[in-house]
Amino acid sequence: MLLGGGVGLALLWAPEDADQGISQRIFYIHVPIALTAYACFGWGAWKALRHLWTRGERYDLESYTAIHQGTIFGLLTLVTGSIWARVSWGVWWSWGEQQLVLFLILFLFYSAYFMLRFSVDEGPSRANLSAVYALFGVVLIPISFLAIRLAENFIHPVVFTREGPQMSGTMFTAFLVCLAGTLALAAALYTNELTGKRLDARLRELRELLT
Amino acid sequence: MTGYLRDAAALARKDLLLELRGRETLPSMALFVVATLVAFRFALAGEAEAASEGLLWVAIVFTALLGLGRAFVPEREQGVLDGLVLAPCDRSAIWLAKVVATFAFLVLVEAIALPAFALFFGGVGAATLAAVLLANVGICAVGCLLAAMAAAGRARELLLPLLFLPLAIPIVAGGVGAGVTDDPGRYLGFLGLYDAIFAILAWASFEYVVTE
Repeated sequence: MLLGGGVGLALLWAPEDADQGISQRIFYIHVPIALTAYACFGWGAWKALRHLWTRGERYDLESYTAIHQGTIFGLLTLVTGSIWARVSWGVWWSWGEQQLVLFLILFLFYSAYFMLRFSVDEGPSRANLSAVYALFGVVLIPISFLAIRLAENFIHPVVFTREGPQMSGTMFTAFLVCLAGTLALAAALYTNELTGKRLDARLRELRELLT
Repeated sequence: MTGYLRDAAALARKDLLLELRGRETLPSMALFVVATLVAFRFALAGEAEAASEGLLWVAIVFTALLGLGRAFVPEREQGVLDGLVLAPCDRSAIWLAKVVATFAFLVLVEAIALPAFALFFGGVGAATLAAVLLANVGICAVGCLLAAMAAAGRARELLLPLLFLPLAIPIVAGGVGAGVTDDPGRYLGFLGLYDAIFAILAWASFEYVVTE
């Protein structure tokens, strides 16, 4: 509901950007989704750390679910960013857009996380491997960002700056509402998926007991 | 601490001896890197000089992958890893030994690859040399941990490149930057930072990869 309100605000209330017109409004979806994806990855890594620390079994599932959410939001960031690039610059993909490149690397990284998870049999060993890899991911985010910044200097000698106009009060409010909305959506999906997975695990246990 | 280093040295010596007697990994890595360079020469016919720095780095990363894929195979095949984990030594010593051994392999292969590169594409600068050495540390530190991880999975040959390449992208970016720009210091510094952060992380987390 918060997200719906945010979209409404973004579309109707916030003033149009002078340069980019209507296409600028995707900003209210794109940036909150990207921030939410970071939040999910961070949350997953935190749970992974807790798992390695305390050996609590529930943290493994929580970490996995958070990273699953993060990957979905990361993919949405790529899609919305690509649409935005198409409308603003006429290309579907621009290597000059550092955040998008970062999300591409992260998407590859976290896809490998799922490959790792599905190729190891369930058990404490899988939980440990996933947790360690999730920790690597959260370290990779700033390192990759730095690498992309550095690479920019020799791949694009002319630095691509896009100094947008300062956000006005209404724009900022709409942005915040959208951010809160996507975060709430992620949290809801997270709890929902977690409940489902726990139910699934419990069901499997019971079935094994019966046979 | 001396006991720790002694354990690591003994394990690294074992890997090097195994390679010296069997000669399985090194010759294939050396052949692979030269063949890759030749193939790249034709892939970019005409403008190879401009992009050659990048070719070197892709060749190095792929060759390292080839070696890393073999890194934990002897351990897994004979069940040595279980014995090592049970042995009364720090588990991270296993990782350190593997890093030392793969680092030695990689340096030996590069001793062939860099002259070949210089011959085919003309010249290797001092900055490139320094970047390659720095990158080796990061490649081995991250790669040995991931190789141990992949060895636990079912499709290990498939899994390792998938796990490793996203983590190797910053190395390639830093390495190419050090070679092609006028100011290699920043890129070498970045590679050093990468090495330090990921070496500490891998060293600290290796125990969880091999134990349950």
